[in-house]
Amino acid sequence: MPNISRDEVAHLARLARLAVTEDELDTFAGQLDVILQSVARVGEVAAEDIPPTSHAVPLTNVFREDLVRPGLTQQQALAGAPAAEDGRFRVPRILGEEA
Amino acid sequence: MTAATVLDYDEVIERFDPVLGLEVHVELNTHTKMFCGCPTTFGAEPNTQVCPTCLGLPGSLPVVNRVAVESAMRIGLALNCEIAPWCRFARKNYFYPDMPKNFQTSQYDEPIAFNGSLDVTLEDGTVVTVAIERAHMEEDTGKSLHVGGATGRIHGADHSLLDYNRAGVPLIEIVTKPIEGMGERAPEVARAYVSTLRDLLRALDVSDVRMDQGSLRCDANVSLMSKGATEFGTRTETKNVNSLRSVERAVRYEMTRQAAILVEGGSILQETRHFQEATGTTSAGRRKETSEDYRYFPEPDLVPIAPPAEWVEQLRATLPEMPSERRKRIQADWQLTDLELRDLVNAGAVDLVAATVDAGASPAEARAWWVSYLSQEANSRGLELAALPITPPQVARVSALVAEGKLTNKLAREVIDGVLAGEGEPDEVVEKRGLAVVSDDSALYAAIDEALAAQPDVADKIRGGKVAAAGAIVGAVMKTTKGQADAKRVRELILERCT
Ligand SMILES: [Zn+2]
Repeated sequence: MPNISRDEVAHLARLARLAVTEDELDTFAGQLDVILQSVARVGEVAAEDIPPTSHAVPLTNVFREDLVRPGLTQQQALAGAPAAEDGRFRVPRILGEEA
Repeated sequence: MTAATVLDYDEVIERFDPVLGLEVHVELNTHTKMFCGCPTTFGAEPNTQVCPTCLGLPGSLPVVNRVAVESAMRIGLALNCEIAPWCRFARKNYFYPDMPKNFQTSQYDEPIAFNGSLDVTLEDGTVVTVAIERAHMEEDTGKSLHVGGATGRIHGADHSLLDYNRAGVPLIEIVTKPIEGMGERAPEVARAYVSTLRDLLRALDVSDVRMDQGSLRCDANVSLMSKGATEFGTRTETKNVNSLRSVERAVRYEMTRQAAILVEGGSILQETRHFQEATGTTSAGRRKETSEDYRYFPEPDLVPIAPPAEWVEQLRATLPEMPSERRKRIQADWQLTDLELRDLVNAGAVDLVAATVDAGASPAEARAWWVSYLSQEANSRGLELAALPITPPQVARVSALVAEGKLTNKLAREVIDGVLAGEGEPDEVVEKRGLAVVSDDSALYAAIDEALAAQPDVADKIRGGKVAAAGAIVGAVMKTTKGQADAKRVRELILERCT
């Protein structure tokens, strides 16, 4: 049975770049635990011979030919950007990581 | 901690066994991206090769590029891998603006190719078989430009600018199994592996394999284990290794850096490090996330790939002659010594010379141009030989002009220089620079008569039977014709004139 810890919630929050308060850690730990327990019940029903489903449609090998199709202009591409500079998307500085 | 502490290399080898793991990313040379129809041309204006799919806009759906899958399988087959009968793409989740989707579409536990090997020949002829763990398909990321920092790096940067032209370009990641037991030769093996792999990929014609443009990139995992230990040490992954020479230097430096920490009783941090070209050192990058942290899961928007056996065999039939076999054949065909072959290989000239021969030049002439004259030119420009702005057919044409007596060797070099300078095809350079050998005897007679008249004493000597004196007249004629006459012919005409 899942039992998600505060530390795990803090770790997930860091991976998702979310600022979570101490109080929220407890709240989310409880809520996530309920979700995980619900999902875990599927595992109780599924027998060994039932592979996990990743795709709802039984299709394979859907390909596109290697042909160029028109995309967006730079102006169109940047139209929805909160900020742009020199034809590029401008984002806040990235902390604690290297490209 | 100061980063400069390293242990003497000989001592490193005495006390530790290095273990390498090499990850090579190769950008495919398909016309379009992995999952959308955007072009992949290098160097386009920022964000002009993008669409809703590669920008991760809502409602867009990816579709796999057939040629990219075929290239992936051909690479796998050339590396003696098994091809997965069924595999899926996976989402690698991370929050970094180089992927606008907040995940990279990759493959996780189901690579399209796995369990292969590549034979690598070291400079002294030793052959090392490198085991290949896997080759999987993924997409490249966008390019970030960090603004406001002192060196364009993240530290101190004020903000970053993103160009997504490269985001979604098909990428194959080729991963070795741990390479052990190489001892002091580990750095050399790393370099030779990347070099051999590059030749193989070039022969397959699946990529430009330009390390300087990032279409071939190597991440070097290095760890040390104490002599006699049975468990691997903690590894670091060095990125930003952009040339063959850097691969060798980076591995060597990491070995000496890690050893210095270990002998002091310290421990190695599992982290990404960055190779600094200028100093030949590595510096700490981000703390490595574990693969669990990427929360991989099967990509629901792409259906599995299940290549039928016939397709795989069809692709196997398209594999070209492998570079190692080709070298053996070329050595025999052109009757090269081991040393001559090695020079040819080390100059990166095998393909260029072969193509020049195919275009009509003799192997000896083709080799002379590429291995000596053009190699020097490439060195002085800091370019790879193949990157010089001259093609094998152009070299073959110059060679033909020499063979036909229309150019002397000296003039031929000028024509080559003209082609390199962007003055057009060899014939155009000859025309524009007026370089053709003066083969018109009447023009030569005029120059000879002029020279004889200017040096009457020499003329008398020749008439008196002192044939050796003709050299001075030949020199004068060559000067008037700006070296564009055939000296042998000039000499004949002088003697004819003086009898
Ligand atoms: Zn696109």
